Parts: sequence; structure tokens; C-alpha cells
Amino acid sequence: MKRKSLSIIAVGVTAVLVLSGCSRAGQDSSSTSGEITMWTHSAGNPGEIAVYEQIIADFNASQTKYKVVQEDFPQGSYNDAVTTAAAARKLPCLLDMDGPVMPNWAWAGHLQPLGLPDDLINSLLPTTVGRYKSTVFSAGYWDAALAIFARKSVLDKNNIRIPAVDKPWTLDEFNAAVTTLKASGYKTPLDLGAADKGEWWSYAYSPMLQSTGGDLVDRNTMKSAEGALNGPDAVKYFTWFQQAFENGWVDNAGPIGNQRFIDNSVALSYTGVWNAKAALSSVGDDLLILPPVDFGKGPKIGGGSWQWGISAGCKNVEGAREYLKFSFQDKYLTAFADSQVVIPSTVAAMKASQYFSDNAKLREFAVLSQKFALARPATPGYPVISSSFEKAAKDIMSGAEVKSTLDAAVRAVDADITSQNGYGF
Amino acid sequence: MAVDMGERVLRRRRRLWIYLAMTGLAVFFLFPLVFMFVSSLKPDGQILSDVGGWRAFLPVGDISLGNYSGVFDRVPVGRFLLNSLFVTTVVVVAGLVVNSMAGFAISRMRWTGRGLVLSVVIATLIVPFETIAVPMVYWVTRLPTLVFENGWIAYDIGWLDSYEVQIIPFIANGFSVFLFAQYFSTIPAAIDEAARIDGAGWFTIYRRIAVPLSGPAFATVAILTFLPAWNQYLWPSMVVQDEDLRPVMVGMQYFFQENTAWGEVMAYTSMITLPVLVVFLAFQRAFVSSVAASGVKG
Repeated sequence: MKRKSLSIIAVGVTAVLVLSGCSRAGQDSSSTSGEITMWTHSAGNPGEIAVYEQIIADFNASQTKYKVVQEDFPQGSYNDAVTTAAAARKLPCLLDMDGPVMPNWAWAGHLQPLGLPDDLINSLLPTTVGRYKSTVFSAGYWDAALAIFARKSVLDKNNIRIPAVDKPWTLDEFNAAVTTLKASGYKTPLDLGAADKGEWWSYAYSPMLQSTGGDLVDRNTMKSAEGALNGPDAVKYFTWFQQAFENGWVDNAGPIGNQRFIDNSVALSYTGVWNAKAALSSVGDDLLILPPVDFGKGPKIGGGSWQWGISAGCKNVEGAREYLKFSFQDKYLTAFADSQVVIPSTVAAMKASQYFSDNAKLREFAVLSQKFALARPATPGYPVISSSFEKAAKDIMSGAEVKSTLDAAVRAVDADITSQNGYGF
Repeated sequence: MAVDMGERVLRRRRRLWIYLAMTGLAVFFLFPLVFMFVSSLKPDGQILSDVGGWRAFLPVGDISLGNYSGVFDRVPVGRFLLNSLFVTTVVVVAGLVVNSMAGFAISRMRWTGRGLVLSVVIATLIVPFETIAVPMVYWVTRLPTLVFENGWIAYDIGWLDSYEVQIIPFIANGFSVFLFAQYFSTIPAAIDEAARIDGAGWFTIYRRIAVPLSGPAFATVAILTFLPAWNQYLWPSMVVQDEDLRPVMVGMQYFFQENTAWGEVMAYTSMITLPVLVVFLAFQRAFVSSVAASGVKG
């Protein structure tokens, strides 16, 4: 009996030693001088991780002073991990972040100015550079873009004009097109991705609001959403949004993604560049990448994807900057673009990309990004703005009275800004 | 004789209907599991197009094990399983010891403040974990610990990124203490008195009398501790940064990229559900009898 107990204890102790030995190995190396810890949100994305691993291997081999060590997190829990680490003062040196979140983290003191050379920053697409109060805190290797996916054969058959970047659909034209497509037999002719949740709502639908003349917040002061989110233009946009659901042009049924367009159960799909490769292989040359609708003040799409920053407590700031400078080589930006099907942040990388070079199949996305992309408001209050916008839009989608719902969203946004003394604006 | 025959036929018919109803219910409750296993063999597009029809529950169409190999490309599933197994085992075993001792002290021993302590223990049951998660993070970042650095043991502050932060906060559990206390109180006090006359101390009474007589309570607590420990998601998402230390549920997030890899999600959930199913099938009889004996619904 005693021997059996000892065996169990021995097995237990061995398990602890083996498991903890593996886990502590990472911590041992973290104390090494010259080591630069780096967090990504890319866990579960082997293509993206492979490019990072290549950059890190190349950088570590190119010099002996610094060593970059990568840790990958799943996107769904990444922000929680960063916030927790910030509270524990255990942030890594380098960390990536979704563009609109950056001002909040900069304001909270998690980040320091990026400090990369001006010529490098100026070579990047404007929406891939994160500025908070005129200071650059983050920069990204790529941007994403939204467009309307359609089949040429379907539009031709229904005598619907194919819009171009220089001549997008007006709202009246778009309404007429959707009405025609519904009459032609599509139960819901348009997929807006309304089954999705979270940041998608602000990213996808606030550009339509901006195209109508409204906005998420008054960008001149960043101190109130009054008039921007509940003014006449905002009411006009959201009235259209509500009617689109009431008229049966669009619904909030799943699945999230672009499957319904691929299955031809919707004629038009408002979705992102990340779905273009699959659509291209399913639809082939019949696929059209169309510009967004002009709601009155010119077409708009959201800008600002994942970007890199340096934490305020980083002890190897020079090394972190050296790494970032190294990583912004065009060959790596092209590698990310072709691996992830995202728009590279420099013109040179675009030209080398198999998807976004001048005559490539997905070139249209790069054009849309350059011409119509608008970054979300660079304010620390953005997380509350975004969640208030999402709640209001969902309520309106479900039939809530438009003006009073927008007024409630404005009250929530303004209360947050006031409670933080205007976030320093 | 004819009456007996008639009764027997009636009884058989009634039993047939009961079995048919039970089989129907079993099939109904098996649907989610069947859907999961079957979908794990299909490509994403087919899973979505099959939803809404009977094909969703049948292994038809483009069937392969591709999703399973995809899981291994995307997630270190073996490591995650090992971590969850380790954390869950320690939480369950330590929880049984600590909570049963606490329950015994509250139920059998006479000491001042016993009722107050029991009230506080019960009061903890109404506090959802989500409401105390952030304060707990604050605390664990300030607790002392020992780490191995360059071959030496060093003193450090903060439990983040460790096994202890996933285990220790979940060993003591108000519900388990309450359940043990309730169960121990059903054991006649005369047994304690007889043991004390024979010279037994409190620990001997606990170990030699209370524990052997409380099998159903131990089994119930083991089940009720095992499931939440295996399913931990929020807490390790917040406090574990090293991939080598992550449990299986955090791995679920690896599949939710811009587009969800549903086939791989189903393959992964099949793989991480398998150990739970094996445990339940192996101890099915003990679980059912323990739940019936303790009157606890899971």
C-alpha cells in the first residue's frame, strides 16, 4: 500500500517537474539581456505566424545585440491578455493592436511613441499609421478594405449598371438595384454581415453613416457625439438602414462570412478583402469587386487594421525600433499580403504582390483603400463609442425608434467622455 | 390464467412504449454530439449547406479526416490536453481533500463561530465568478512566488503565467464545502463518540469513518469540480500568456479568425470532448448513484 502511494507521489512530482520545467523555460530566457518580447494576436493563423517567424529569424541572424522572442495569442482573448498584463506591469516590448484601440492604450499609458524614421512612416498608407494627438504610436504592415461583391452575369441579366470607382452607385440607384434583385427571385438580395457582432458593426456600418454626412463623434473636438451621431444625417442614414431590413433587402441571419454569396443565395455581399480569394475561386471571372455606395457625401469604407506599437515599459526600446525598421521591408509586407490576402502598406510591396499589383485580380481593393478609406476616430473613448454604436444600430435594426435610440447612444458616449474629463482633449 | 396472460401482455406493451420513449429521448440528446462528430468530417461549405436538414447528422458528401490534421497544424492540441488534464486533476484531488476537511470541521466539530463561517461559505455561492475575476487578477499579480532562474531559485512577485494561478484559486469551493458538511451531518454522532472513547482524534475520525462512509458525496463533488475545471476559459485567457501553459478551452479561440474554420472547430471539440465522455462512461454507474444519493442536480 505504502509502495503504491509512493509511486503515485513519484508520478505526480515527475508530472509537475516536466510540465513546469517546460513552462519555466520561457521565463528563464526572458530575463536575458537584449531579449525583446513580442506579442501577436495571430495564434491559430499559421500563414501569418510563418511570416513573423521568418522576419524574426532573419532579424536575429542579422545582428547579435538583440533577440526577438514571439508569443502568439488567439484574437478573441488578446485584448484581455494585454489589459491584464498592463495591470501587472508585464507587457512585452512589442505588441500588435487593432488600429482603433491604439488611442485608448496610448492614453492609458501602455504605449510610448513609436519613434520610427519619418521616411518610413511617410512611405506607408495613411490608414496604416496610428496617430494619437498627432504623435505616431503604431504602424501596420497592411490594411483591409470592404467592397460589394457581385456577379457580372446577375447584374447584366437584371439590367443593373455596374458601378465604378469614379462613378459609384448613388443611394437611389442602389435602392433600385436591390429592389430589382429581390423581384428577380432573391429572398434577401443583399448580405451586410449583420449576423456578426463586435467591432464589425462600427467598421462596416459607420462609413455608411459618414457617407451620409454623420459620424461617430465630433472629430473636431472629440468631446461629444451630439449632432454627429444623432443629427439629421444620422437619422436619415439609420432610417434607411432600418427600412433595408423591413423591406426584406437584407436580414441578420447567418452564417457570418461570405458563404451565402458563394452559394448565390444573395446577389450582393458587403464584405472584406479577406473573403475575396475564396469568392474568386468559386465565382471566377464572373466576380465583380464594386465600390461602396455613395450615400451623398462620397463613398467611404473603414480603414485601420492591426498595427505594431512599443510598450511604455520596454527596456530595449532601441532594439524594438531596430526590429520594427527591419520588419517593414517590402518583401515582408508582400509576404503578409499574399499569405493573408490583405493590402500591403507600401506601394512597392503592392506592386510585388500577386493579388494587388497593377493588373492583379484583387487590385480593386487597393484602389478602394487608397481612395475611400477613413480611419475610425482616434480617441481613447473609442471602445465606448463603438459599443454604443453597435447597440444603437442593432436596436434600430430590430425596429427601435431611430432618433430616440441615437439620442441614447449619444448620452452614453458623452457620459463616458465627461467621466474621463474629455480624455485630455 | 387468462387474466395473468392479459396482464403480462399489457405490462410488455407498457414497457415497449417506455423503451421507445427513452430511445427517442436518447437519440434527441445525442443529436448535438452526432452533429459535432459528423461535421468534423466535412468541409466548411458543406457543414453550412447541410445545416437545416437531416444531412447535418449523416456522414455523407465530401467526408475526410482533413479537419483533424488541420487542427494539429493550427493548435498544439496535445500540450493543451496535457495542461488541462494536469490542472483539472490537481484541482479535483486537492478540492476533495480541502473541502471535505472544511465540511467535516463545520459539520462535526464544535467550535465558536461555526454557524457564521457556514453562512459566509454559503454566501460565496451567490457571487458569480465573472464579478470577482478582475479583483482576483489584481491579487494574483501581487502574490509572492518562487521561480527558477539560471539554475537558481529566486523570489518573485506575481503568479501570472503559471500552473498555480490556474489551480490554487479553484481548490476551495463554497458549494463543495456545503455539500460535504450536509452529507457528514447525516452520519450519526454516536459513531464519533464511540470512536473518541476508543481514543481516536478528529483526523482519525475524518479519515477512518467520515471519508469511507461518504463515497456518494466525494463522487458528486468530483464531478461538479471536474466539469468547470476542464471548461475553464475566462480565467486562463486573462492570466496565462505562455502558450505552453494554456488549457484546451482557450484553444477554441484559435479557430475564430476572420472566417471561422467550422470543420476544424468540430474536430477540435470532438477531440477535447472525448476525455470527458470517457470519464463519464467509465464512471457512469457511480455518478448516477452518487447524484441520486446526494440529491444534487448537475
